[in-house]
Amino acid sequence: MTCSEFLKELTDYLDNTMDPQTKAELEDHLQWCHNCYVVCNTTKMTIEIYRDSHLYELPDDLRGRLRSAILRKCQGSS
Amino acid sequence: MGTIQPRVEGQVNDESTLVHAAKAGDISAFEELVKRYDRNVFRIAQHITQNREDAEDVVQDAFLKAYQNLANFQEQSKFYTWLVRIAVNEALMRLRRRRPERMVSLDEDIKTEEDSMPREVADWAPNPEQLYGQGELKEILGKTIQGLPPSFRTVFVLRDVEGLSTEETADALDLSIPAVKSRLLRARLQLRERLSKYFKNRAGGDGKK
Repeated sequence: MTCSEFLKELTDYLDNTMDPQTKAELEDHLQWCHNCYVVCNTTKMTIEIYRDSHLYELPDDLRGRLRSAILRKCQGSS
Repeated sequence: MGTIQPRVEGQVNDESTLVHAAKAGDISAFEELVKRYDRNVFRIAQHITQNREDAEDVVQDAFLKAYQNLANFQEQSKFYTWLVRIAVNEALMRLRRRRPERMVSLDEDIKTEEDSMPREVADWAPNPEQLYGQGELKEILGKTIQGLPPSFRTVFVLRDVEGLSTEETADALDLSIPAVKSRLLRARLQLRERLSKYFKNRAGGDGKK
């Protein structure tokens, strides 16, 4: 397996949506290719950092105002 | 190396009961659906529009549209997937209004193979998010994702932040599954590349073994 073949399969590997044989081939590649190991590991960290970042959380006061406005508009439209 | 597991959303069991009640005119059932998903819709809207006021408007307009069109919701997909589809369309519409000079489309499939090829292969610090304060980290993450084309960051936020499956993302965005996978791979690799300059392991040299 080449590095660009590995890269094509990276998303399915990280999402664990691949057949066992391809997964074994990828893991074999990771054993000896340091660059792909780093890319795989840091891509996984990228996903985890965004997932855990609480970026753009809705503050409680704004949430309350938005909800009141939504319900007012819905009731006005029915 | 472990793999990423999707975020599992609970509370789906009685969702269709709430949807049926809301369809029958029960506003408190619809309010429950708003409470369940308003945070998600706000996050998605702000990721796409990159503008707080637009995101607030998207939340209001998306729920209002959903309410007005409940009778047309055939329940072939989950209510949340249907709501996301409405919210994404509203968010893209606002983005187009704000940036009329730039093409904004989910069909946008920019050929940036070279941008997705990893150039930075230095390993990261073990707990990279701890290198920065909470506010500074959010600024870095916000600025970094803002640099992606809208079609890439929309797929990334639905799949990796909100935890929708590839099939649900394709359904919500009206894209094919290969198109979702291709955009997701490039979004992930481009974000990784851009974050590397902040998170690489400075103590560890050039990352070579």
